[in-house]
Amino acid sequence: MDILYAILVDPFVQMVELPDFFLQVLWEGFVAGVLYALIALGFVLIYKASGVFNFAQGIMVVFAGLTLVGLHEKGVPAYLALILTIGVMGLLALAVERFVMRPLVNQPDIILLMSTIGLTYFLVGFGEFVFGGEPKQMITTELGLPTGSTAFEIGDGGLLILQHIDIAAAVIAIIMVAVLAVFFNKTRIGRALRAVADDHQAALSVGISLNQIWAIVWFAAGIVALTTGIMWGARSDVSFALEIIAFKALPVLILGGFTSIPGAIVGGLIIGVGEKIGEIYWGPLVGGGIESWLAYMIALIFLLFRPQGLFGERIIERV
Amino acid sequence: MLYRESGQYKTSYIADQAIFPIREDRIGMAIIGLVALAIPFFASDFFLNAIMTPFLILSLAAIGLNILTGYAGQLSLGTGAFMGVGAYSCYKLTSIFPDVNIIILVMISGLFSAGIGVMFGLPSLRIKGLYLAVTTLAAQFFLEWCFIRIPWLYNYNASGAIEVPERRGFGDIILTGPSASAMTQYFVVLAIVVVVTLAVKNIVRGRIGRQWMMIRDMDIAAELMGVRPLTAKLSAFAVSSYLSGVAGAMFIFFYLGAAEPSAFSITLSFQILFMVILGGLGSLVGSFFGAAFIWGLPIVLRAGFPALGLNVGAEVIFHIAQMVVGALIIFFLITEPHGLARLWQIGKEKLRVWPFPYA
Repeated sequence: MDILYAILVDPFVQMVELPDFFLQVLWEGFVAGVLYALIALGFVLIYKASGVFNFAQGIMVVFAGLTLVGLHEKGVPAYLALILTIGVMGLLALAVERFVMRPLVNQPDIILLMSTIGLTYFLVGFGEFVFGGEPKQMITTELGLPTGSTAFEIGDGGLLILQHIDIAAAVIAIIMVAVLAVFFNKTRIGRALRAVADDHQAALSVGISLNQIWAIVWFAAGIVALTTGIMWGARSDVSFALEIIAFKALPVLILGGFTSIPGAIVGGLIIGVGEKIGEIYWGPLVGGGIESWLAYMIALIFLLFRPQGLFGERIIERV
Repeated sequence: MLYRESGQYKTSYIADQAIFPIREDRIGMAIIGLVALAIPFFASDFFLNAIMTPFLILSLAAIGLNILTGYAGQLSLGTGAFMGVGAYSCYKLTSIFPDVNIIILVMISGLFSAGIGVMFGLPSLRIKGLYLAVTTLAAQFFLEWCFIRIPWLYNYNASGAIEVPERRGFGDIILTGPSASAMTQYFVVLAIVVVVTLAVKNIVRGRIGRQWMMIRDMDIAAELMGVRPLTAKLSAFAVSSYLSGVAGAMFIFFYLGAAEPSAFSITLSFQILFMVILGGLGSLVGSFFGAAFIWGLPIVLRAGFPALGLNVGAEVIFHIAQMVVGALIIFFLITEPHGLARLWQIGKEKLRVWPFPYA
């Protein structure tokens, strides 16, 4: 009975008794979820346009952050470093398209997945080779991002502390999704992107250049990665240890479905909030640290009921 | 001319169903066997310990993953964790039954891994492809967490790591532990790998293996033709995890000697996945090629830079090695997506018509 009480009742009692703490946990989960969603967004962009499951997205996040900080350390002013980093991500997109995607066109999914894991290895080695392996501090103030925090009083004496950088992250994420939505729906290139996502051959036949489109989506994913890198880097250090967050984006994708942008957002929030609440309220029952696998378990259970994800297109199989 | 099967007539079904029906294959296998037996008498302890033994062990792990991914078509990213299950259960077994021969325990510990593999294989009945790959990540991270958080698994050691105790067998030969000789360990590993590989070869060319391949090629069609997806998929998970478990137990007991939970991290899973992909999906000989390539390349690179007279730090070499491995993986995928096994096949076809360019 004690166990049942500890699992089923006690966590909720704690939530009600300390509402300010609960809200704080919720907020932390929300912010983590926004960042997961941003990584997942990069995945979805590339998956939609080329059917490639881009494993390197998480590493691109770190790589972009590291390039930005590394350039600044070498004496480049912050804003110039930002522009240069965007340039580097553009070059990376071109290189990936030319040397990885183009030769591998029409290969089975698993080969493309493997090639992006190879790319991951390459980027990790390259980034550490150029900028060194030790963790770096993100140049938050130099980029003009807000620091500090605001405290709200809740109930009788409870405090909810919101870091300004987290608020900024949420706002930027929302802006980014809005811009992407406009870009996809209203511009010429965006329409071409959607055409490619729909059917490669049909898109080719109406004169859309696949190579150009792929370079553009990889560049867009690079920009998303840079944003994520700045935001995540501001919360902790920039180092390849962040690689682990890349894996967290996978359950997010599974929840949201590989092809859905709203799915990536909703999935990110569910995973972010779910794992924080699970860790704080249920984690101590089994010794803590369950954050490392809870997200995957949530995704697994969801999948058992909806194998195509929450927003994925229905899978129809034919022989 | 060198590799030609013409003139070798089979007059009985037994001869027709032999593992190596072609005489040249048998000769080749005999030569490989002799070389494998002769290596320890010529090579240094370092070569045996740091290259040959882990190569054989990782080949077995790669075969394990190849069963699942290459033969049964179920993508898995959790091999490292299943190896860990084998290692930890072998450690517990030898703590509880110190008198039983360690080789028997290694073979038994694979069964625990197989059980857990089947459990995590259950979702494969509903979930397919990349989605399944992510669910195997659940196994990876959950099991890794167990290795850290369940102190019973490592006998409540303060360090949280498992250390291999000294175990003797076959009279009084030291098989494991720090004072075991490299040669003994090599021979033990060689024997296990050869026996298990032969068993697997017979499984994959028999009824069960054909069922796996049917499921891989088109699961719905296979089901319509009377293959039960439940048994086929779960048996693939079981055999695959068994092999991974045995490989993991050997990895600790005959190679590393001690291990922290991080030894079985996702990095190991990826390493083995690379071995399978580069070696060739659905090929046993490819698993050996892939293991040799992925395990050998960083060693060669590390040895190669000083040999070229380049004086760079160990860390820089490590980074460069990583870059080169990544680039080479992409290069290989582009030039030969079917892996090294395909190159081997092409080589055999060339030998067959040699010295003429065409048959």
